[in-house]
Formats: sequence, C-alpha cells, structure tokens
Amino acid sequence: MSQTLVTVDGVPLKVSLARAQRRGKLKAIGLVVPLFLFILVTFFVPILDMLFRSVENQLVGEVMHRTVPLLNNWDEQSGELPSEEVFAALAEDFIEANETKLGGRVGRRLNYEKPGFSGLFRKTTRKAGSLEAPYQQSFIDINQKWGDVENWKIFKRESAPYTISYYLAAVDLGYGETGEIVRNKDDRRIYLKLFWRTVWMSSLITVICLFLAYPIAYLLSALPTRKSNLLIILVLLPFWTSLLVRTTAWIALLQQEGVINDLIVWLGFVADDNRLSMIHNRTGTIIAMVHILLPFMVLPLYSVMKTIPPSYMKAAKSLGATPFTAFVRIYMPNTVAGIGAGAILVFILSIGYYITPALVGGQSGTLISNFIAFHMSSSLNWGLAAALGAILLAIVLILYFLYDRIVGIDNMKLG
Amino acid sequence: MALPAYTTPLERIWHYTYLFICGLIFFFLIAPIVVIMPLSFNAVPFFTFTEEMLRLDPAGYSLKWYEDFFTSLNWQGAVNNSFIIAIFATLISTTLGTIAALGLSRADMPYKSVIMGILISPMIVPLIISAAGMYFFYTKIGLSSTHLGVILAHAALGTPFVVITVTATLVGFDHSLIRAAATLGASPVTTFFKIIVPLILPGVISGGLFAFITSFDEVVVVLFVGSYKQRTIPWQMFSGIREQISPTILAVATLLVIVSILLLCTMELLRRRGERLRGITPH
Repeated sequence: MSQTLVTVDGVPLKVSLARAQRRGKLKAIGLVVPLFLFILVTFFVPILDMLFRSVENQLVGEVMHRTVPLLNNWDEQSGELPSEEVFAALAEDFIEANETKLGGRVGRRLNYEKPGFSGLFRKTTRKAGSLEAPYQQSFIDINQKWGDVENWKIFKRESAPYTISYYLAAVDLGYGETGEIVRNKDDRRIYLKLFWRTVWMSSLITVICLFLAYPIAYLLSALPTRKSNLLIILVLLPFWTSLLVRTTAWIALLQQEGVINDLIVWLGFVADDNRLSMIHNRTGTIIAMVHILLPFMVLPLYSVMKTIPPSYMKAAKSLGATPFTAFVRIYMPNTVAGIGAGAILVFILSIGYYITPALVGGQSGTLISNFIAFHMSSSLNWGLAAALGAILLAIVLILYFLYDRIVGIDNMKLG
Repeated sequence: MALPAYTTPLERIWHYTYLFICGLIFFFLIAPIVVIMPLSFNAVPFFTFTEEMLRLDPAGYSLKWYEDFFTSLNWQGAVNNSFIIAIFATLISTTLGTIAALGLSRADMPYKSVIMGILISPMIVPLIISAAGMYFFYTKIGLSSTHLGVILAHAALGTPFVVITVTATLVGFDHSLIRAAATLGASPVTTFFKIIVPLILPGVISGGLFAFITSFDEVVVVLFVGSYKQRTIPWQMFSGIREQISPTILAVATLLVIVSILLLCTMELLRRRGERLRGITPH
C-alpha cells in the first residue's frame, strides 16, 4: 500500500523538496547574474563585435546606395563595362558622397583590395560636380581606371554587405583575374609567415621555460618547507613584478651599451667595437619572454611535484633501478599533468604577447599581436585587424579547451 | 636535500652540478630585477655601471631620477590615474566576483562549468584581442578615452582572479556553520557578515590584490581604450621606452619592485592566516 509522504503543512514531500531545490537554484543563479551581465557587456559583446567587424562590409553598399543594386544586374563575365544607367547612378552617388565626405572612406576600403582605388575615389569625389551625360565618357575622362572592367569587378565583389576578403588577406590569399581565390604573390605573403613565426617562437619559449623550470621546481619540492618557502620567493618576486619593469630591466641589460655587453667586453670575450646585438631582434624577445613567463611554468610543476611521495623513487631504487632510470620511468611520468598545465599556460600567454615584442622585438622579433596593433592604430585597416584577431582567438580557444581537458578550469590555482 | 652516506662520488658530483644549475636559473630569475635598483641611482643618463659607481664613489650616485619622477607632471598624473583606475576597478571586480563565487560554489548551481568558463574568459583571451574588441566597441558607445571606460575594462579583466581565489577558499567551507548560525537565531544578513565574511576574507583580499595588480600593471588595454588623459604608470613607461628611454624609468621600476615586495609579503601573510583559520596548519 503506497502512501504519499507529506510535510507538516500537508504538502507532499516531493513537491516541497522540488520547491526548495528550485529556490536554491534560483538563489545561486541570482548571485551569479550581476557578474555574468557585467562580463557580457564589458567583455563578451566587444569580442563579438570584433568578430562581426571581420566580415562586416556595409560601407560600400551604404554610400553607393544607387549604384550597388544596379550593379547586381551587370554580368561581370561579359567583358563589357556596366551600362550608362549604372554610370548615371554612380554620378549621383558621387555628388552625394562629396557632400557627406564619405567617398574617401569607400576608396580606402576598396584600396585594401587593389592599390589605386583610394586616389581614384578621392579625385572623382572632388570632381563630382563636373560629371555630365554621357556619364560613362565623363567618368573615363576624369580617370581612365573607370574604363577598366577589372576595377568594376572588384567594386561589385566588395559591395556585398558581408565579405570574406579580410580573412583571405589574413592568410595571404586574394582574388585572381577571374575572381577565383589564389595565393598572393611571394612578396605580399606576410601573415602566414608571421603566424608560423609566432607559433614557432611560442613553442621555443615554452620548451626553454620547461627546461629551466623543471630542475628548480624539483629542487623546491624536495627541500624541507622552511627552505623551499625562502627559495620560492625568488620565483614569486618576478611573478609579482610589473612586466614593464622586467622588460625595462632586460633593455638595460641587453643593449649595446648595457651591463652584459660591458661585462663581456671587460672580460675580453669580445672587442669593444664588436659588441653583441642582443636586443631589438628575436634573441632579445625570447630571453625577455622566457624570463617573464618562467614563473607560470614553475608554479604548476611545483604544485604537482609536491604531491609525489619520495618513497616512489626510493622503491624504484631498492628494486635495482639506477637513479636515472628511476627518474625517467617513475618520476617524470608522474609530473606529466604539471608539464601539460605549465606548457599550455605558457604557450597561450606567449602566443598573444604584445608588450615585450613591441619594445624589444625590433623587426625580426615581432609577433602576430604586433601586427594586430599596427592595423588598429596605424594602418586603420580594422577589418584585417579583426580577422587576424579572430584567427588568433580561435587558436587560443582550442588550446584553452585542451587545458580544460588536461587540468580542468576548476583546478586552476594562483599564487 | 642532504646526501645519504652511501652516495657514490659520481652521484655526489652530479648532485653539486645540479645545485649549481639551479643556482644559475634562480640567478637568471632574480638578477635583472636586482640590477636595475643600483642603476637607478646613476649620476649620468647611462644604463650601465660607470667607473665611479664601481669604485663606490659617492659622486657616481645621485637621486636626480627620483627627483625627476616626483616632480614631473607626466609621472605624477600617471600615478594618480593608476591608483584611481586600479582602486575603482578592484572595487567593482571584488564585489561582483565575490558574490558570483558564492553562487558558483553552491551545490545546486546549474551549468556550473559553462558559466565558470565564460566568467574567467577575460583571463584566457589574449590581451591584444580584448583590447581590440574593447577599442572598437567602446569607441562606438562613447566610452573610449574616458576613465570610466578604462575602469570597466580593467574590472572585467580582474574578475576571473577574484572568482577563482574566492571559489578556492569556499571549497574548504563548512556549510553546517551556516545552519548552525541559523539555529542559533542569526538572520541571513548577520550570518553573512559574522560567519561567511570572516572565513572567506583572506580569499577575497587575495583575489582583490590580484585584481588590483592586474589593473595596476595592465598596459595593452589602456593603450587602446585610454588616451593621454588616462595615462597610467605602465602607459607612461611604455611610451617612455618607445620614445626616449631615460633612467627615470629605472627609478620608477625600482619603486614598483618595492611595491611588489610589499604585495608578496601581504599575500604570504594572508595565505598563512587562511590556513590557520581553516584549521590547516603548515607542515
């Protein structure tokens, strides 16, 4: 015989429990919501906005709003120029652009696809008042480029509201004669090389950090707490010191008139007029970044090594293993989690590093992030900056996913 | 790591070689930071030790770079901005982060790992990407080149540290304490301030310190979201190094190292206090 359990006030226990659980859940969500919304607005939306910007291309269609719809009817494979109707619309658009001052921006946008558009649009906008029927001839009189079908093809292609051309540019691709996607000419291929260099240098930095961190993390874990607490300060102090301070320190040390060069000249290793150039190049970037990122490798390794009982090694040795075999076969496999955690952490941090390469990198030590910054603040090609950023973000998110699998975000420890 | 009596000579040699290598690595870690301290007292604008300095001749040393730092409008403005921005950013991120951590550590929190992943994403995304996104978006909504914009950006970057440290403190939190307080007649508010806060305080403070140092040390976002008016100490150092590097930067660097030593000591004290409160004695 089944009988429903009820609470004191007569509500079935099941209902009452579900109610209490729901209340608990709502309370938990309520506590998280303020921060969630804050991060959404101040951080997440800006990132999404950037991703949108990497494909967004409204400008051409908005400014040339009479020409663009007509262009859709034009068959670019016919080899002929668009009809007089299109040129007439273009004239109206240019007269309006002359007032709104937006003609130059459209020209700059198209200039990313083919150099020369910027000047063409500036000039045409300036002379928009003198345009008259027949418009086709009138345009070609202002600049011959208006009579080139190739230019019209680019104009039509880039007048769509969304474009993949920033992504193509970010991986050194472009459009060929007939509109197919081809690789850029050798001298214009820079970004794949740069991505490759970034990945290569980050790997090198990660490996160097691992080799430097492993011995000291081992020492710290093997020493009695009192001594290791003192030594770990030597790791934590750089960790807590401003990275600009550390970068400045390396500039002072590595430059041609700096401390290290003075020392080796004084010791007689190199002649005074033959000082080593260790800064504003790849060497300088690698040295400074290894120094900055080393604590991020030592700390995870140390926290894993501390949990490995010393009896494992003793047991291996008592069973006849040489110290080397015991280390390689017993100790190292136990530290794999720490190696994975530290390596991914250092790699993620170095692949997106901006400040140190910008200050000590010179030409050969710049990374992809420096180019993102360049396109944001100097060349003002924001679409390309956003596309490069999106690719970098994708790489980092994949690594982050791996990190989560190996270590778990919840297990992340600080300090 | 005392060597047992039965070690072979070869092992002994290896052991000392190993210690020597470790010494070199520790030297690599700490030397650059130590070297800039005496260099900041250089009497001449060089980045190396002059002969007078090596002879310990008082004429080789001077405080003029410190004087320059304390009298220059550029630097004093930067110090003010750094503190204003860091303090407000820390207040925002510590408050929101602590409240969220309380929610996240409840057993009945749904989709915990997804939400945690989103909340700590500002720590994972490379700074240059955060800076790019914020630059585009904040310009659009009129927050770029304002103190508020930089504060909000820094608060977002600082919250993951607060969430992580406070959640870690709450792992060892005994929830029966809350029920105990309730049975003894405490209201939820009293319980929060009398029971929860004292126990999680070390976590909150160390998370807050992380958030503070994140903002205080951050330069990429300030460079893009801010302008000269929002210049912070790192901003000023960055542009100083790019344009004309003067030993004033070394003086600032030395002062910052002292700040980080103080921070390090505070963190260590907090860690010990936290362990003591939660009944974990250091071994």
